[in-house]
Amino acid sequence: MRETKHSYGRTIAAHVLLLFLSFLCLFFFYILIVNASRTHIELQKGFSFLPGTNFFENFKNVMNDANVPVFKGILNSLIVSGGSAVLSTYFSAMTAYGLYAYDFRLKKPAFMFIMMILVMPTQVCALGFLRLITGMHLDDTLLPLIIPSIASPAVFYFMYSYMQSSLPLSLVEAARIDGSGEFRTFNSIVMPILKPAIAVQAIFSFVGSWNNYFVPALVITTKSKQTLPIMIASLRSADFLKFDMGKVYMMILIAIVPIIIVYLFLSKFIIEGVTLGGVKE
Amino acid sequence: MKEKTSKKKTVTYEKWGYVFILPFFASFFIFSFIPLLDTVRYSFYEYYRSGLKEIGPNFTGLKNYIELLATDLPKYAANTFILWVIGFVPQIVISLLLASWFVDARLKIRAKQFFKVVIYLPNLIMAAAFSMLFFTLFSDTGPVNSFLVNHGIAAEPIRFMASVGGTRGLIGLMNFLMWFGNTTIMLMAAIMGVSPSLFEAAEIDGCNPRQIFFKITLPLIRPILAYTMITSMIGGLQMFDVPQVLTGGSGNPDRTSMTLIMYLNNHLASKNYGMAGALSVYLFIVSAILCFIVYRTMNVDDPDGSKAAAKKQKKLAKKEARG
Amino acid sequence: MKKKLLGMVLASAVLAGALAGCGSGNSGSSSAGDAGNSAADANAPADANAPAETGGADTEAAAGGTEGAVLNIWCWNDEFQSRFNDYYPDVESVSDDKSTTTLTNGVVVKWTINPTTDNNYQNKLDEALMAQGSASDDDKIDIFLLEADYALKYVGEDVDVAVPLSELGITADDLADQYQYTKDIVSDANGQQRAASWQAAPGLFAYRRSIAKEVLGTDDPDEVQAALADWSKFNEVATQAKDKGYYMLSGYQDSFRTFSNNVDKPWVEGTTVTVDPNIVAWIEQTKEFTDKGYNHKSSLWSDTWAQDQGADGKVFGFFYSTWGINFTLVGNAGEAGFGDWAVCQGPQPYYWGGTWIAAARGTDNPALVKDVMIKLTCTKSIMKAMTENRSIQDYTNTVSGMQEIAADPDFQSEFLGGQNHIALFSEVAPTIDMSNVSAYDQGCNEQIQNAFGDYFDGNIDLDTAKGNFETAIKELYPEITEVVWP
Repeated sequence: MRETKHSYGRTIAAHVLLLFLSFLCLFFFYILIVNASRTHIELQKGFSFLPGTNFFENFKNVMNDANVPVFKGILNSLIVSGGSAVLSTYFSAMTAYGLYAYDFRLKKPAFMFIMMILVMPTQVCALGFLRLITGMHLDDTLLPLIIPSIASPAVFYFMYSYMQSSLPLSLVEAARIDGSGEFRTFNSIVMPILKPAIAVQAIFSFVGSWNNYFVPALVITTKSKQTLPIMIASLRSADFLKFDMGKVYMMILIAIVPIIIVYLFLSKFIIEGVTLGGVKE
Repeated sequence: MKEKTSKKKTVTYEKWGYVFILPFFASFFIFSFIPLLDTVRYSFYEYYRSGLKEIGPNFTGLKNYIELLATDLPKYAANTFILWVIGFVPQIVISLLLASWFVDARLKIRAKQFFKVVIYLPNLIMAAAFSMLFFTLFSDTGPVNSFLVNHGIAAEPIRFMASVGGTRGLIGLMNFLMWFGNTTIMLMAAIMGVSPSLFEAAEIDGCNPRQIFFKITLPLIRPILAYTMITSMIGGLQMFDVPQVLTGGSGNPDRTSMTLIMYLNNHLASKNYGMAGALSVYLFIVSAILCFIVYRTMNVDDPDGSKAAAKKQKKLAKKEARG
Repeated sequence: MKKKLLGMVLASAVLAGALAGCGSGNSGSSSAGDAGNSAADANAPADANAPAETGGADTEAAAGGTEGAVLNIWCWNDEFQSRFNDYYPDVESVSDDKSTTTLTNGVVVKWTINPTTDNNYQNKLDEALMAQGSASDDDKIDIFLLEADYALKYVGEDVDVAVPLSELGITADDLADQYQYTKDIVSDANGQQRAASWQAAPGLFAYRRSIAKEVLGTDDPDEVQAALADWSKFNEVATQAKDKGYYMLSGYQDSFRTFSNNVDKPWVEGTTVTVDPNIVAWIEQTKEFTDKGYNHKSSLWSDTWAQDQGADGKVFGFFYSTWGINFTLVGNAGEAGFGDWAVCQGPQPYYWGGTWIAAARGTDNPALVKDVMIKLTCTKSIMKAMTENRSIQDYTNTVSGMQEIAADPDFQSEFLGGQNHIALFSEVAPTIDMSNVSAYDQGCNEQIQNAFGDYFDGNIDLDTAKGNFETAIKELYPEITEVVWP
C-alpha cells in the first residue's frame, strides 16, 4: 500500500518535470518556426508568439539566393558530419577494443597518453592545424574536416568505459575458440554489442560537426564547398540592403531539418539498445 | 592458471593490440601532435601580428609565462569554474534522475519515447542561433520581461545582460538546456548496459527504487559516470561558445563572464601566438591535474582501470563456466 | 559541454589565429586555374590572354599588355558583386550560381565571398595577401574590399598590399569629384590614396517630428537644427525631452560615431593609445544621459533599439547615415512613421558605413582593375544611376552628381515629410574630416564601447572601466605599450 502510493507520487513528479523540460526544449523550436515566418521588419519590431505570414516568402528568398546554394550546403554538411561520425565512432571503438582486449607492452602508456590528450583543450593545437593542412595542400577541401575525427579521445574514452561495463572478454575468447579472426570478432561480435554506445557517440559527433562554423570557415574558401553554418554566417553578414533576419531564421530552420531527421533515425537505435546492449548472463 | 593463459595470449595476440590502435595514433600524430608542437614552441617566443606585419618569432624564454601570471588569469579561472558549476550541477542531477526514471521498469512513464527524444533536441540548434533566440526572449522589452512586469514579479524590466548574476544565469541556463539531454542519453546508455537481471533480482529481493539507484545503478555505471564527470569538467574548462556569443566576446559585465578559453581566444584573435601558446600550456597542465584527481577518486584501483576490469571479467567468466 | 571534445570539432574562433605563417606554402586550389583555362578556351578574345600564363612573374607589367584571364575579387557579402554585375559596362554574363561573372573581353571575374563573422573575412584575406607572392597568377587576388574601420591596416605604405591608385594610372583628376573624407580614410602616411569607394555615407540626426513639436514647439528642420547645433544645446534639449516624458537617444552607442569622427588625433600613434577628449565627452554625455534617464539603455541593433523607432517609440531621434535612413529607419518606423520623421545636421558632422575597393599588390590585371575603379567609383553617370535606383538609393561618391540631385526640386522623401535629404547630405559630406584615422580604429572603437557599457550600467566605476579598456586593447594589439587619458 505504502509502496504503491510512493511510486504514484514518483510517477506524477516524473511527469511534471518531464513535461516542463519538454516544453522548454520544444519552445525554442516553436520560436524558431515563428521567427522564420516573419518579415525582417516584423522581427525588428520585437518578439511575437504568433507566426507571421511570410514563411513561404522567406523560404523562396533563401532558395533563390544564388550566393547560398542551400542544397549544396546540405550535401557538404552531410558528407562532413556523416564522415566524421562514422570515422570517429568506428576508429575509436577499434582503439578502445585494442586497449581493452589485448595485453601488450605499450598498453598502459598508450592509455595514459590518450587520457592526457583528452584533457587537451582542442583550441590548443588549432594554431598549427591550418598551417599543416595548407602545407599538405588540403586547404579548401572537405578532407581536413573529416579525417582528423579518426582520433577522437572523448569517443574513445566513452567506448572504453562502455566496454568495461558491457563487454565480457569471455565473449571474445569464445569467438577465438570458434576460430574467428581478430578483425571479424571485432566487426561481427564486438561492434553489435557496442551499438547503443555507437549510436550515442555518432549523434554527438554528427551534431558537433554539423554545427561547427570556425574550422570549416577557415578551411573552405570556395562557395561550392561551404557547409551550412558558413552560409548562415554569410546571410548574417549581408549588406544593409539584403540583410534579412527572416531569411537568416529560415536558413537556420532549413539547416536544422536534416539533423533532426538524422537524430530521429539514430535515436531509434538508442531506444532499441536496451535489448541489444544488455549482456546475457 | 591465469598467468599461463595471459602469457600465451601475449605471444599470439600482442601485435593485434598495436594494429587496432594504430589508425588513432597515426591520425592524432599528424593532425594534432604536429600542430601542438608548434603551440608549445611558440610559447617561448615573442611572436604576434601587428596588422599584416609579423613580429618575431624572438626567443624570450619564460617571459610569456611570467607575464600571464600578472594578468587576471585567476579571475578568469574562477569565472570558468562558477559558470561550469551553475550549468553542471543542475545538469548532472536532472540527468541522473531522468536516466534512472527512463530505465525504471516499474515507473510507468507515458510517452517515454517522446520524452527521450525531445530532451536532446536543444543540442541540435547551433549555439549562435540559440543565443539569438535567448536575446529575443530576454531583451529589455522581450516576452520574459513583459511577463515579469505584467504579473507584478518585477517592478520594471530586468536588464539581464547588464548584471553579473543575470549574465551568468543565462549562460548557465543555456548550457543546461543544450547539454542535459546529451548527459541523460549517455547515462541511459550506461544504465542500459547493465544486465537487466540485476535489477530484477534486486526487485525480487525487495529493494526500493532509491536503494536500487544507489546500491546497484550508481556503482555499476561508475565508469560512465567518471566519463561524464571528466568530460563535463573538460567541457567546462573549455567553455567558450555560449558565453562568447551571449556576451559578444567581451565577457562583460566587468569581464566576469570571461572564461579561460575566451581569454585564450582573445590572444589568438590578435594572432599573439606566443601568449596563446603559453596560456595553452597552462590550461593543459591545469586540466591534466584536475582530471587526474577526478579519475583517481572515481577509480581507486588503478589509474586506467583496465586491469581490474579485465580481472573481474575473467573471474566472472570462470565462475560462469564452472557454474 | 562535451561537444568540443569530439575529435576535430574545434568549436572556437580560436582558429582565428591558426593561419599563422602558412604563407610559405604555395597554396591555392587549382579550381581557379581550371576556370581560367576553360574560360580562355571558350572565348575567342581570350587568345590574347594565353601568353599571360607563361608570362608569369612580372605582374606589374604596364597596363594594356597581356593580362590574366581571371579577375579575383574578394569581399564579405554580395553588395559589390550586385553593383558590379548591374553597373559595370563590360559584363557579358553571370553564372547561375553567381560565383563568376564573364566580361565581354573573355576575362572571368571570380568572386570569393567570406562572411565577416568572427573576423573570418580579414583572417582569410590576410593569409591570402601574405601568400600572394607564391600564388599562381590566376589565384592571385586582384581586387579586395575594405571597410573604413580597418582600412589603414591594408593601405599602410609599410605593408604595401594595396596598390596606390596613381600607380594604376588613376589620376587626381579622375578622383576630383569624390568626397575628400572618402580619400583620407584610405590614404597612407605619404598621402597616397590606395583605394576608392563608390559610396559616401554622411550622417545626420533623424528626429521624430511629433516629439520635436512637443518638446521644442517646432518640427521645422532648420529650427530643430538650431536647437541641436552643438553638444551643450543637444544636452539641454535632452533635459527638455525628459521633462515631457521622452528619451533623447535610445542607447549607449547612438552618439558614439558622431563623437569619434571628430577627434583631434588618431587613436594610436607609435605604440601609444591616446583617448581623445571627444571620446571622453561621449563617455560623460552617455553616463549623464543614462543616470538621468535621457536614454533607453538599449544597444545598437537590439530589439529595444529597433522598437524605439517604431510607432510606439518615445525616443526623440537617432544618428543615422544615408543607408540607415533610407532603409533601416524606414523599415523600423513602418507605415505609421511616414511623414513623422525629418533630418537635420545635428551637433557634429560624421559618417557611418561605406565600402572601399582596393587593388591587390601583385595583381595580373592592373589595366582591368583600373577600369573597374574608374567606372564604378569615378563615373558620374553610373554613380547617379545607383542613387536614383529606388532599390539601392546609395548616396554615391560624386560631389557634383549629388549636388545636382540636391538641387532637383522634384527629389524629395515622402518618409521625411517632403524633405530633400540628399540636399542635407551633400551639405554635410564635404565637412567630414577623417584625416585622423589609424589602423587600430576598429579595435579601439569596439573595445571602448564594450568597456564603458559596464560603467554606464553602473556595474563598475570609471577607473575600473578605464582599466578594462586598457587590458582589452593590449590583448588585442600586443604592441600597444600605454594608454593615455586626457
